[in-house]
This record gives sequence, C-alpha cells and structure tokens, in this order.
Amino acid sequence: MVAQRNMAVHCRGVTKTYGSGDAAVQALRGIDLEVREGELMMLVGPSGCGKTTLISVVAGILDHDGGQCAVFGRNFLEMAPKERTQYRGRHIGFVFQAFNLIPPLTAAENVAVPLMINGMARRAALRKAGELLGRVEMGNRTGSLPAELSGGQQQRVAIARAMVHNPRLIVCDEPTSALDHETGHHVMEILRSIAMNDGRSLIIVTHDARIFGFADRIAKMDDGHIEKVVNSAGDL
Amino acid sequence: MNIVALKMLVGDRAKYLGIITGLTFASLLITQQAAIFIGLMIRTYGSITDMGYPDIWVMDPKVQYLDDVKPLQDTQLYRVRSVPGVDWAAPLFKSYIRARLADGTFQTCIVFGLDDATLIGGPPEMAEGSIADLRRSDAVIVDEVGATTKLARPPRDPDGPRVPLKVGDSIELNDHRAIVVGICRGSRTFQSQPVIFTTYSRATEFAPIERKRLCFVLVKAEPGQDKQELCDRIGRLTGLTAYTKERFSRMTVVYYLKYTGVAINFGIAVALGFVVGAAIAGQTFYNFTLDNLRYFGTFKAMGATNAQLLGMIVLQALLVGAIGYGLGVGGAAGIGYFLRDTQLAFRLPWQLMVASAGAIALICTLSAITSVRKVIRLEPAIVFKS
Repeated sequence: MVAQRNMAVHCRGVTKTYGSGDAAVQALRGIDLEVREGELMMLVGPSGCGKTTLISVVAGILDHDGGQCAVFGRNFLEMAPKERTQYRGRHIGFVFQAFNLIPPLTAAENVAVPLMINGMARRAALRKAGELLGRVEMGNRTGSLPAELSGGQQQRVAIARAMVHNPRLIVCDEPTSALDHETGHHVMEILRSIAMNDGRSLIIVTHDARIFGFADRIAKMDDGHIEKVVNSAGDL
Repeated sequence: MNIVALKMLVGDRAKYLGIITGLTFASLLITQQAAIFIGLMIRTYGSITDMGYPDIWVMDPKVQYLDDVKPLQDTQLYRVRSVPGVDWAAPLFKSYIRARLADGTFQTCIVFGLDDATLIGGPPEMAEGSIADLRRSDAVIVDEVGATTKLARPPRDPDGPRVPLKVGDSIELNDHRAIVVGICRGSRTFQSQPVIFTTYSRATEFAPIERKRLCFVLVKAEPGQDKQELCDRIGRLTGLTAYTKERFSRMTVVYYLKYTGVAINFGIAVALGFVVGAAIAGQTFYNFTLDNLRYFGTFKAMGATNAQLLGMIVLQALLVGAIGYGLGVGGAAGIGYFLRDTQLAFRLPWQLMVASAGAIALICTLSAITSVRKVIRLEPAIVFKS
C-alpha cells in the first residue's frame, strides 16, 4: 500500500509505454505525483508530454506498466476489472474537453447517467440531477438537449454530471479549452466553489494559462515526467 | 440505463430508420417468399386434401406423386374392396385432357372421373349447381378459377373482358361435347390448369383410349381400423401400394422439392432476403455503435460495466428487431390478404411466422455481437481523445 493518510492520489515511479519495438513511445517515464484531499492540482505542459496519459492512469481507465499509483489508498492494478470499474463509478468524476454529453438526452438525463450506472432508479436520479443542475446555475435548462445549450452551459452540465454521484476525485481534461475567456473563467469558478466542497480533490489538465490562478498547486510536465510542482503560476 | 439505450437509438433518426428498414425488408422478403413457396407446395397436393372422405389412396407401386399416374386394371378395385378393414373403396380417374375453346385455342385441363354411383372424390365446395348434376348427360363441373380465366370465352367486344364459363355452357374435351352443370371451388393446382370433374365412365370416354384406365382407388377404413396397418395389408394382399392421405401428400411435396427447381429458386430468394437484410441492418447497426463509441467509452469511464453496456446493445437490437419483424410480417400478410383473389399462392402458417422471427432474431444477434465486441474491447481512455 503506497497511499498516505489524507492523500487522494499517490503515484511513485509510474511508467507507461505505447506500442512495442521500434514503434514504442514512452509516454510516462517514472512519474511521482501526490494530490491531497481537497486540493486542486493542475497538470500543465506541452502537447504530447503525457498529461492525458497520466490522468487516464490516475482515473483507472488506462493501465500503467510500472511503478505504483493509488487513489484513496487503492491501487487499480490490484483490483479485478469489474471491481475497478465499480470503484471508478463511485469515487471518480470526469469532465471532458468535448463535454461528451449524450446528444439525445436532456441536461437532467445526462447528469443522471452516473447515478443510473450505479443502480439508482431513474426518477430519483433525475430528481438529484435537477438539484445539481440548480447548483451550477442550470436549473432552468433541465429539459434542454445539449444541442440547445451554449458551450459554457454544456460544460456546466458536464460538471454537474461529474459531481452528481458525489465522487471524491474529479479529473478534468482541458475543461476550458473550448470556451471563451469569460465563460472559461465562470466554469472554473464553479469547479472551484462547488465541485471542491466536502474535501473533494480535482486534477485538471490544461494549457490555458488564464486559469492557473485557480490551482492550489501546479505540476509542470515535460517528456513523460514531472519537471516541477509549484504553488503558483508565477513559479513556473 | 434502458431508457438511455432507447433514447440513444431513436435519437439518431436516420440510422434508426435505416436499421428498421433493413430488418423490415428482410422480414418481408423472407416471409413473403416463403409464404408463396408454402402456398405452391400446398397446391401440389391440394387435390388430395380436397377429397375429404377417403383415408387411403391405393395406386401402382411405381407412382411417385399425385400427378405421376400409372393406370391399373379395373379389376384391382374389387381386390381392394375385399381387403379386411376396408369400409368402402371407390375408383378415381385422373388425366390431362385438352379442351378446345370457343376461339379455337386449346387448353390442357386436369380431369377427375368420380365413381358413377357415389361421386366420391368430388369438389369440396360448389359455387353453382350440385355434384349430383354430374348424373346428367355429358355433364361436367368446372373449377371457378378455370372457368373465369383459362376456360373463359372470348370477349364480346374486341377490347372487352373474357366471358367466364357458366352453367349451361358447353366445352369440347378431346372432341367430346361436355355441358357445364356446376362451378366448384377447390385448391388450385401447382401448374394452375383448370380442373374438371365428371363421372368415371364419362371421363374414360373423354380420355384417349388406353388399355388400363383406373388411376387410383380411394379407400375408407372401417371405424377403429389403424390406417397405416390397413395400408400395409392392402399392399400385402393386392400387390399395389397404399398410402394414407397425409403420407401421399408428403410424398408429392417431397417429389416437387427434389425434382423441380422450385425449392432452390425460392430458397435463393429467401436467402437473399436474409443476406440483404442482415447486411443493411448489421452494417447500419454497427455504424450506429461506431458513431456512439465515444459515448459508450464515456459510460465505461463513468463506471458502466460490460454487462450494462451489453444489456443496452441487446435492448437496442431487440427493439429494432421487434419493430422490423412486425412491419415485415405485417407487410407480407397484407400482400397475401390483398391478393387473396388472384392466382398468388400464399400461405402464412404460424410456423413460418416463428421461423421468420428466428431469422430476424439471428440478424439482430449477429449485428449485436459485432457491435458488442467493439464496445467490450473499447478502452475507456478513448474519452480523453479529442
């Protein structure tokens, strides 16, 4: 067990290689990363440096080759596939760059999906989804389809979906890259103020320097390893 | 997650309709072609089942099917009548005889000669007249379809419709005058020739002279008599061959299946319906899954198990399968209903509906399996690819 007390994520020497032989690409080269409970950690760095691979490993949707990585004290590699899927469903929320809202589902239905995956009845899930949408200022758009919403509104629905099942960790992949500055700022305010309630941890992968100010700590990555971890954008 | 699966399915209207259309056409083609095939096969032995009274048909041992007539000596009738267990036995003449029509053309007809005394073997239903009218001089009964089509008289006006043969009209059978005394309804024949009933003695006059004339002996078993046992006994004691009505019907169908191209022709049509339907529905369903792969990946990332995703895809396949099957079978039944008064051979038994459902279920299963494999193997990390 590599996890420490009050540690959401604890990774030591994590490696990941795509392909084999001459075509092998080493995406992670011995990553050490700690994310504390209630902390907003940003992963920054140039394209192809391994940020997305790292959050995929942390979120348990990609197996790493070497090292150890525990989320709330549990190592995904030590779990059976079904247990890992269910653990992820209960404890981790996702916010995607392209929102990934299901087009034919209303905002409320989209938000209710994680609850229904975890076995909650549809009606109860929709009720809870409505509450969450209210918290992200989308209470009046519960019946809207994604196509009827702006980019910022869609991302707020996605944030509600990431929080609705009360996960302990939310991983966000470029949550503001598809949004203008003002909307992106608003989305980050919501993430900071609402998503981080109850000691929840956030890992955000981003290129967007305008939102670095929302981070508790920033990990700068390059070429598959973490170059440095700083407390503010000015130290980068 | 069921409602999510259904909303995803119907949300992509074009693909949803594409899958439904593919399955509908598959179901329609399979059911309709098979129904026509069954209808045609039933026609091959329609004359056997139309003759309701006899239990057993006795014939020359070399006969292979109903139309394969090998005449017997008339005295064979008496030998059959003497077999223990036979309640009664009646002679039946069957032959193809050319009728000369009013416009000078010829039409080959199937002529049945019935026992002069009992008229056993007559048509099951009379539209006009009575079977007893066959006792009148030169009397014949003509089937309704033949009377209104192939035996109909030339039109009164050059562009007018042909005039159906009616009671009182006369026709010429192999240079013999015959008077129509009745119009009957019965099963149509495989080759759709008109069917004419008359007495045994008159039929043998109409037909070209042959040394032997008795074609079949129709037998009724005594009450309580095992029919197969009686068949065996007749065979043993007379040297002829006897079959139950059901077995002779089966033999006739088997002959047509083996020695005509009808099975392969319809089989190819049914197979094409299956393949085309499977290709359209399978491809569209697979494309639908590919288009939604990102969302299935999202579900996986959010904790959906493979079993949950499998359930979603199976539900989607079941829904489109049920709708496609219903529309296809409904369409086929509609075709059969609206064309019921034409020459179309169409029979839709429940067994065919079950078989068609099985074929559509197979198409849906194949489509679902292809899609499920893709989803099960899907790496949830796909969700972070932009």
